[in-house]
Amino acid sequence: MDRFARLLTDLIYTRSRNSKLALLADYLRTVPDPDRGWALAGLTGELNFPSVKAGIVRDLIKERVDPVLFSLSRDFVGDTAETVSLLWPAPPGAVAPPPTVSEAVSALSAATRATAKPIVAGLLDRLDEDGRFALLKLATGALRIGVSARLAKTAFAQAFSVPLDDVEEIWHALRPPYTDLFAWVSGAAAKPDITSLPVFRPFMLANPLEDAVLDLADYAAEWKWDGIRIQLVHAGGETRLFSRGGEDITASFPDVARAFAQEGVLDGELLVRGAAQGGEAGGAASFNALQQRLGRKVVSASMQAAYPAFVRLYDMLFDRGEDLRRLPWSDRRVRLESVVARLDPGAFDISALIEAGDFDELTDLRAAARETDIEGVMLKRRDSPYEAGRKAGLWYKWKREPLTADCVMMYAQRGSGKRSSFYSDYTFGCWTAPEAEGGVLLPVGKAYSGFSDEELRWLDGFVRKHTVNRFGPVREVEKSLVLEVAFDAVNPSTRHKSGIAMRFPRISRIRRDKPAAEADEIDTLRRMIVSSPGIAASPVEADPRSLTD
Amino acid sequence: MLASSKTPRWIKAEREGIHLPTIDWWIDPSRPAANALVTHGHADHARGGHGQVWATCATRDIIALRYGTPTGGRDLDYNEPLDIGDSITATFVPAGHVLGSAQILLERQGERIIVTGDYKRRPDPTCLPFQPTPCDILITEATFALPIFTHPPIEREIARLLAAREANPDRCILIGAYALGKAQRIIAELRRAGYHETIWLHGAMVAMCELYERHGIEFGALALVSEASREALKGQIIVCPPSSLNSAWARRLPDPINAMASGWMRVRQRAVQRNVELPLIISDHCDWNELTGTILELSPEETWITHGREDALLHWCAQHQMRARALDLVGREEDDTG
Repeated sequence: MDRFARLLTDLIYTRSRNSKLALLADYLRTVPDPDRGWALAGLTGELNFPSVKAGIVRDLIKERVDPVLFSLSRDFVGDTAETVSLLWPAPPGAVAPPPTVSEAVSALSAATRATAKPIVAGLLDRLDEDGRFALLKLATGALRIGVSARLAKTAFAQAFSVPLDDVEEIWHALRPPYTDLFAWVSGAAAKPDITSLPVFRPFMLANPLEDAVLDLADYAAEWKWDGIRIQLVHAGGETRLFSRGGEDITASFPDVARAFAQEGVLDGELLVRGAAQGGEAGGAASFNALQQRLGRKVVSASMQAAYPAFVRLYDMLFDRGEDLRRLPWSDRRVRLESVVARLDPGAFDISALIEAGDFDELTDLRAAARETDIEGVMLKRRDSPYEAGRKAGLWYKWKREPLTADCVMMYAQRGSGKRSSFYSDYTFGCWTAPEAEGGVLLPVGKAYSGFSDEELRWLDGFVRKHTVNRFGPVREVEKSLVLEVAFDAVNPSTRHKSGIAMRFPRISRIRRDKPAAEADEIDTLRRMIVSSPGIAASPVEADPRSLTD
Repeated sequence: MLASSKTPRWIKAEREGIHLPTIDWWIDPSRPAANALVTHGHADHARGGHGQVWATCATRDIIALRYGTPTGGRDLDYNEPLDIGDSITATFVPAGHVLGSAQILLERQGERIIVTGDYKRRPDPTCLPFQPTPCDILITEATFALPIFTHPPIEREIARLLAAREANPDRCILIGAYALGKAQRIIAELRRAGYHETIWLHGAMVAMCELYERHGIEFGALALVSEASREALKGQIIVCPPSSLNSAWARRLPDPINAMASGWMRVRQRAVQRNVELPLIISDHCDWNELTGTILELSPEETWITHGREDALLHWCAQHQMRARALDLVGREEDDTG
């Protein structure tokens, strides 16, 4: 664990990508199996210890440190693992030497709900500060140390001089500690064969269009549907649904999985039947409706009937055993059309192409689409192969212009990670009626993005200088600063007193010029709600950002 | 002993500083005052524009260097009582924070109040050690008043610094350190650790180092970065103000390893935010154990807590059945003097 802890610490303080790659490659080359494999799993976010939850770590520290002092510390540090690693008291008496990564992983894997606490405590007792930090990061999932899974795989490929694409391709068929992967790159075994396994392949993603104008002779246009992007795989007699990050979500959508029983890999948008997006013709309910079905381990028949899910297909990666990914998009589209014709139309349709004579006409169609609550337009190069990741020039997303409202900052909280010293999370409100007529501000949303680093420093200073009240980590500020907030949509909500919830709110401008009394009223926002009949407000606490693009 | 269970009426905490209303004297006022008692030379305590400035000799020299010679007042020796009117005496007592830093003991008719200013409890070759002084009211700083802050021994941090230098002969080590106090302490500690090569300075550090030297602190060979070639700075140690890390000035240096000497470096993201590669946890303030230890040691009837994480210390006092309250002084947020 010492060596892994040192790696994490070095990575945290290293800025340059090349230096990070060098640190990772050195670790992967010099540390023996299976420690390096478990470490790689940690770095790529593939470790999961179901019985070891962040909550038990908090319980453990609160048994050892005053809970108020812990929570003040946690608020200051912005990271539970780091806070606990700093606060953990040295155990009395002699302790065993630090565990290896493998030893820690097997102890954590063996943990049950009843034994997790003593197991984690026992490991923490044997480690120093950096070691505790590394252990807690491994144990509770996301490392958040500025190393993406992609970067870790790139480092692996560089360390052993193998193509990154080969690593990505087989990655999802492998399990930690990846002894077969290390055996392959060291020449001790052949490359793992994955052809008959139902595994996830990396998605092709789109770049924002920005201000480019494209020739529709080269690019095909489709609507951008607001569901979750999924990959549907049938191989070796099994069907699996994978989300954007490769997470298996088959259990939540048995109705969809059942409907695809031929060898192949499809790419599409998971939606619920309805008439919110694109009206009757669009045939899809709002994202809110889909949320009812997300994150469920068991889905009742009534749930399936009330929120009928289907997949709107975008692309096809494999047809039976044949890999189509090198073919141009236009050829894949033809193959996809013929396959869709044979699938259950209740569970599948194809994402229609937008008929537009030229880019100007497409611009008009996109502008009109806001009326029917469509998220935007996708543009795909007709000759593009299906390339993993976000390759420049091939696919573009062209989201509709955001809605905006002028809101008043009400509360602020410190951010996490990189922003841990800054008040960077803002709750803002709008008026229930004009202030002069006795209106009050009610919170309408919370945003923590959209501003530059310089604006963040200014906002942080504003919060510190205008604090009127403190509630634990939350600061209430003087209600004087107007923030122009951009958002994609307004949904009805029973969770908020204002009765509304914004989709993807972000700060678009700081309006120092505008008096707070002139900020918008809640009614203005309410009028922006696009009605979606039959769909109640969402009680589900899922964070849609992690699932959609 | 406090005359009654009530707070004495001759002292008040205002947003602009500690005020002695019966004589209209101030301690560390943040706006110009006719009579100012100043604990030490850092900018959040010592400002220009006061009438009479009463401080230690070194602190008044620092004020003169930064704002011009004060128009009135005089140098005070440590432990020399000064009668300031209304039967109040003020005595400056070493605080161990930086050169010239003092706690101020205020006495009136048997009531004793200590204003610590900033202080630390560890030895520092550049200033006199903190002198614990019994008191009825302790007005303490709380810069690092969270239990996550436990400063490691400075020897460990200096050893890490020297090891990084050893391991990177083609790079220089650029230490961001506050120009008053931290910079001089690091230089003195490097010498104590047996490092005798020239230490290179950013131009902004020179005047303060010379002031320290005039007060008898020895630094060995110092030289200006601007006088050395890029090649000559490889493998060398350079000290600059924190604001010069990542600046245009730093671009001419040979691939600098950014180091920062501050108690805030205990928290990883604080270092990352400042693009620091080599965080050195070196602080001129008390850590959590030293703050709480000082309160236990002095066990005043009441503790007033100024700038910093006062919530945590307030809570700790309540848990230990000690009377405490937080003061809301302006201009005392996190800064580089940590």
